[in-house]
Amino acid sequence: MKAYRSMVLVSSDPASIDKGANEVYQALQTEINAFGLENEISLTMVGDVGRHDAVPLVIVYPEAVIYGPVGKENVHHLVEEHLYKGRIATNLQAPVKELSGKIAWLSTRKGTLPAEQRIVLERAGIIDPESIDDYIIHDGYQALAKAVTEMSPEDIFTTLEKSGLRGRGGAGFPTGTKWRFVCKANSSKKYVICNADESEPGTFKDRLILEGDPHSIIEAMAIAAYAVGADEGYLYIRGEYTIAQERVKQAILQAEEMGFLGENIFGTEFKFKLHVHSGAGAYICGEETALIESIEGKRGEPRARPPYPTTNGLWGKPTLVNNVETLANVPPIIRHGADWYRGFGPAGSPGTKVYTIMGNVNQTGLIEVPMGITLREVIAIYAKGMKNNKPFKLAQTGGSSGSIIPAVLQDTPMDFDSFAKAGVALGSGALLICDEDTCVIDLARVLLNFFRKESCGKCNPCRIGNQRAYEILTNISEGTGTMKDLDDLMLLSDNLYQLSNCGLGQTAGAPIRDVLNHFRAEVEAHVRLKVCPTGICPMSGKRI
Amino acid sequence: MAVNEKDGKLVIKAVQAAVDHYGASQDELIPILNEVNREVGYLPSEAFDEISRLLRVPRSRLFSVASFYRMLSTKPRGKHVIQFCESAPCHVVGGREVWQAIKDFLKIEEDETTSDGKWTLVTTSCLGLCSVGPVMVVDDDIYGNVDPAQVPTILEKYR
Repeated sequence: MKAYRSMVLVSSDPASIDKGANEVYQALQTEINAFGLENEISLTMVGDVGRHDAVPLVIVYPEAVIYGPVGKENVHHLVEEHLYKGRIATNLQAPVKELSGKIAWLSTRKGTLPAEQRIVLERAGIIDPESIDDYIIHDGYQALAKAVTEMSPEDIFTTLEKSGLRGRGGAGFPTGTKWRFVCKANSSKKYVICNADESEPGTFKDRLILEGDPHSIIEAMAIAAYAVGADEGYLYIRGEYTIAQERVKQAILQAEEMGFLGENIFGTEFKFKLHVHSGAGAYICGEETALIESIEGKRGEPRARPPYPTTNGLWGKPTLVNNVETLANVPPIIRHGADWYRGFGPAGSPGTKVYTIMGNVNQTGLIEVPMGITLREVIAIYAKGMKNNKPFKLAQTGGSSGSIIPAVLQDTPMDFDSFAKAGVALGSGALLICDEDTCVIDLARVLLNFFRKESCGKCNPCRIGNQRAYEILTNISEGTGTMKDLDDLMLLSDNLYQLSNCGLGQTAGAPIRDVLNHFRAEVEAHVRLKVCPTGICPMSGKRI
Repeated sequence: MAVNEKDGKLVIKAVQAAVDHYGASQDELIPILNEVNREVGYLPSEAFDEISRLLRVPRSRLFSVASFYRMLSTKPRGKHVIQFCESAPCHVVGGREVWQAIKDFLKIEEDETTSDGKWTLVTTSCLGLCSVGPVMVVDDDIYGNVDPAQVPTILEKYR
């Protein structure tokens, strides 16, 4: 490991990039070279650092001084003062009272408000994602060592089952149970797949985990492979996520070099080979059987189930498919034990959940909090309230395939069981917060437009149903809808749910159902009075 | 959509390079198509012939795969490709107005290329940049928090 005197990190979440983080990075590189410090200072772009009020941020370790917002014109001064002369450039420091990094964030919130609790994002933004040494210093590969040298597969399943970890991809299936199924399947060849085809609109948690802490996923996949008896694995990463792909590929090479992947891992018989497979732009490939088809070089059309991938997956062999966030929970659970994990969140769905917040709020971004906090808390605390103090009307959770949650349900705890009881879905963790200026017909139309385009076309209910629902909603938005259209929509929604082959079609009708159930008056205003109460729909009288 | 002889040689070279890199195996089909698409800008008929020959996969299957994925194009594209996010998170924060502004400025509709071959306009689903919506991507440059009034200024940069 090359020893550097200081480490400089530049935040590279979308907000930072937008405010010129790339230019700041380049300017830093130029200035560091100009001062002849290139052998003493390491410079890295990191992901989301957890605060968005002063981006782009420049953080200098080991002093952990946070500068922000930094413009490229400030860089010369920063490098000269801090890195060359060793004095803190106080005029560029980020406002202190708010927080400095996750530690202060936790301490300022302590005892008064539910604090952010980072488990899967524990290292993202804090370590250098391109350095395996940095990962190892921060407890990296400890869990893998413990798993392969001290634990039997049975111990691992029991630990995961006791921890109560449930899949974070949306369905919430118990992770330990799924692993046990694959282990039991009788085959000499098995595969482990990480589903990183994160395409659910409004979800970018997996990207930040992969970009900020790629080794954690490699470690988790190796543990999974050891437990279920697989010797080969695939990371299926969406084609649009080029930085994540590069970082993961590099991390795999580093892990192979250090002996965490390959033959005789930790001196045992266990061997594991990992591949990265890039997607090519298809939402449906997030469905596990479509993803498997895509790895096999085919169109990403979901298979009929059963048989499930746990027995007949990639190339017909038993295959474990887990989401990125689910896997990222595994090493901490192995390290600290099931009881520690149960300390977070409610009994039925322990642990934390990463949410992405967007829409008409004051602060958008990403948070990791214990399961079971409410929408009201999210909006008031983490999103810093509604933009322009407008009333909260609805939230769309879990990307397109989640639920539309009206304001009256904003005090429902966000965990798998409470949401199921309220008849809504938690989904992928996207929270699109909408104010009173949002038209529900317009929103449903946008969602159905998405599904009609992303339907793979294999089964009729989904291919035709989504197109028809989109046409009806368009007519309603043009002011030419009829009351019979509303009955037809409800029927289409039911048909989509009951007859579609895969999860895409089955959930595509949910926005229609939610809108008709919770916002009937607003919908009927479009149909009976030919008025869009928010003034968004064109209502021009054209019918398609 | 035949390409001229000089371009045809380039296409064959691109296919050869991609197949060498990933190996002539069917499970590498999508990475190979991706690579050729990136090199050439789209997947011309000549590329299918060559891949079909090297991988021993029927052309029909190549076309069925290529037409399925959004990042692969079987039609030539303009010099610059504008991808606009049309997902709900961008839509509710003003994406609708930005989309209209782009269409008005270029005078083309979705999936069309301008007659001078300069611009292709496509929609894309979520790019994972939702906290700075509305988002548009021109070639590899990402623009967030786009305002309809900024559209001409952004696009003028590519003149």
